[in-house]
Amino acid sequence: MTVDLGNALKNSNNAGNPITLKSESLGKDAFRRLIRNRAALIGGIIIIVLYVIMIFADKIAPFDYAQQTLSEQNAVPPWLMKVFPGMQAYGKPPVDNPNKYLLGADYVGRDILSRIIYGSRVSLIIAIIGPLISLVIGIIYGSISGFFGGRVDNIMMRIVDILYAFPSLLFTILLMTFFRNTLSNPAPGTFGAALSALDSSLGGMLFIFIGIGLTAWQTMARLTRGQVLSIKEKEFVEAARAIGSGNGRIMFRHIMPNIIGPLVVNETLAIPGYINTEAFLSFIGLGVNPPTPSWGAMISDGSKVVRTYPNQTIFPALMLAITMFAFNFLGDGLRDALDPQMRGRT
Amino acid sequence: MGRYILKRLLYMLLVLFVVSAITFGLMHSVPGGPFDKEKPLPKEIIANLEKRYHLDQPLPVQYLEYVKALIIPEVSTKKFLNTIDDDALFKFKIGKYYVKWVNFGPSYSSRSRTVNDMLKDQLPISIQLGFLAFCVAVIIGMPLGIIAALKQNSFIDYLCMALAIFGVSVPVIVLGPILIWIFGVSLKWLPVTGWGSKPPFAGGFLPQTWGWQYWKYAIMPMFALGLSSSASIARLTRASLLQVIREDYIRTARAKGLKERAIISGHALKNALIPVVTILGPMFAALLTGTFVTETIFGIPGMGRYFVNSITARDYPVIMGTVLIYAIFLVVCNLIVDLVYGLLDPRIRFE
Repeated sequence: MTVDLGNALKNSNNAGNPITLKSESLGKDAFRRLIRNRAALIGGIIIIVLYVIMIFADKIAPFDYAQQTLSEQNAVPPWLMKVFPGMQAYGKPPVDNPNKYLLGADYVGRDILSRIIYGSRVSLIIAIIGPLISLVIGIIYGSISGFFGGRVDNIMMRIVDILYAFPSLLFTILLMTFFRNTLSNPAPGTFGAALSALDSSLGGMLFIFIGIGLTAWQTMARLTRGQVLSIKEKEFVEAARAIGSGNGRIMFRHIMPNIIGPLVVNETLAIPGYINTEAFLSFIGLGVNPPTPSWGAMISDGSKVVRTYPNQTIFPALMLAITMFAFNFLGDGLRDALDPQMRGRT
Repeated sequence: MGRYILKRLLYMLLVLFVVSAITFGLMHSVPGGPFDKEKPLPKEIIANLEKRYHLDQPLPVQYLEYVKALIIPEVSTKKFLNTIDDDALFKFKIGKYYVKWVNFGPSYSSRSRTVNDMLKDQLPISIQLGFLAFCVAVIIGMPLGIIAALKQNSFIDYLCMALAIFGVSVPVIVLGPILIWIFGVSLKWLPVTGWGSKPPFAGGFLPQTWGWQYWKYAIMPMFALGLSSSASIARLTRASLLQVIREDYIRTARAKGLKERAIISGHALKNALIPVVTILGPMFAALLTGTFVTETIFGIPGMGRYFVNSITARDYPVIMGTVLIYAIFLVVCNLIVDLVYGLLDPRIRFE
């Protein structure tokens, strides 16, 4: 609980109580500021709802994502025909139950709503895995480089410079093709076979994660290095060294807690980028394996018939936009909450 | 300054060398070759094809041959013919010698074309699109950010920033189909696919005509691509200007009785735009690669389609050429930004 200084003074004057000021931990304070930020709160709530939908996808979705009913191709429910009057000329509702598909069916008669619900899996998992890979590799790499300095630092940062010169989207595409094809027919019992099996059981998601993760960590490495460089000269690190702490202890107990905040905030702000990359990869057909649904793949399928059945594009597009909105709001709020000085920057 | 640029250029060459080597290694380690078809060709034919394209040689030799064809000019007393083997990006005549320079090699999947042809015919379209999107980003983003900062915490500020968050959150693959549906399908104002200029291009990369015939194709893609970048420019400009406005020298300028307009344009903006300029370089490079997405959605005959197809077709020279060209854009953009940075902020010295 916090006590506002002005109020405390007023109260103490009124009631004659002594002034009590409780100190507050950084995390608690940040959390309070985050809650107060309405946009971030809305973003957070949307994200929680999305994750709940993702986890309980098989309970919520009215149909299976791969269930095809060829006689009901491109079915359109009556309410959609009122919203998009252009569709009245050719849109047909399913015969037995006009409202069977709430958002219509796609070109092989799969329920669009169910596919949107299941499609949240890829986007929302990449929103966790992408930052995780990038944080782990980036922090380890960057802190080694910054901590040891000198020639090690020089070589490691030159490597990052070179990786920066790769057009990242092209590199991701190249990497994914590499993984997909090298591990498509691996000898049974090998590591490659295990990866390949895992990938196909995830509907092709694994290699997307690896492809995106491997191109994402360089910014994080640079940022970590900069932070470590500035912190390691501080007096408290010197003090720790003076009392005989080892490198590992200094790194994890003294430096890491001081730099982790900005790094996490930075990574949160990068989440919409990961979601976007995955959607794009699926859009051009290099993402998930069909019939695994992904919003990007759905937009791609839908945009082929956008002239006749706009609902097939607009709904997945809307979901993608809402998700990215929510993560942007949350990221902005998190940055403001953790670092009040940065308020309103970028 | 001159020495600094020279040093950077040499470093760039080294970086590009490494980039090309990694790409070369990566793409050759993907199983399958360019001549693996659904219906397999006879072994002898594949062997002949591989010999024809020097694919039967060891990989390091192939790589060195590729680099040699790229950077070392070839001189001959005879005129180079218009065949695929004699093709190059630049062919010219010095005295009685014919010179050809920069050869990106043939394309395996479209036999009659070379990568040089692609760079001449398709790349200009991608550059036009990327550049137009860049203009959209700057022309919309900067004023929006400046207005928002000057009217901080007003309704206008909130409106601008809401627009900016909207822009950041709506990627091309969402905005593209929606724009197509609104302006192309429902209102029928703009054509849905295609591009308004064809090769040969004026000056190598500019369209010959700038009329409506050109713009009606360009408007939707350039906004779809540029809008999210304009949003991040707006946010950065606003934040940076807000910080500068609070500096002491702005207070001094006010105290001297300068007009508000003079303070903003003469003192504040110049300093506020420094961080904005630093992101313009990477942003321009990102927009150039971002054209891939936009080209796919709007059916624009640029580089994007070729790259995606070339990977599945194992069209090695096309993959190499595309990656290298975009890597060159990236490093050159970064160099330009560093130089402009120094011009804007005299405190920064080139070492």
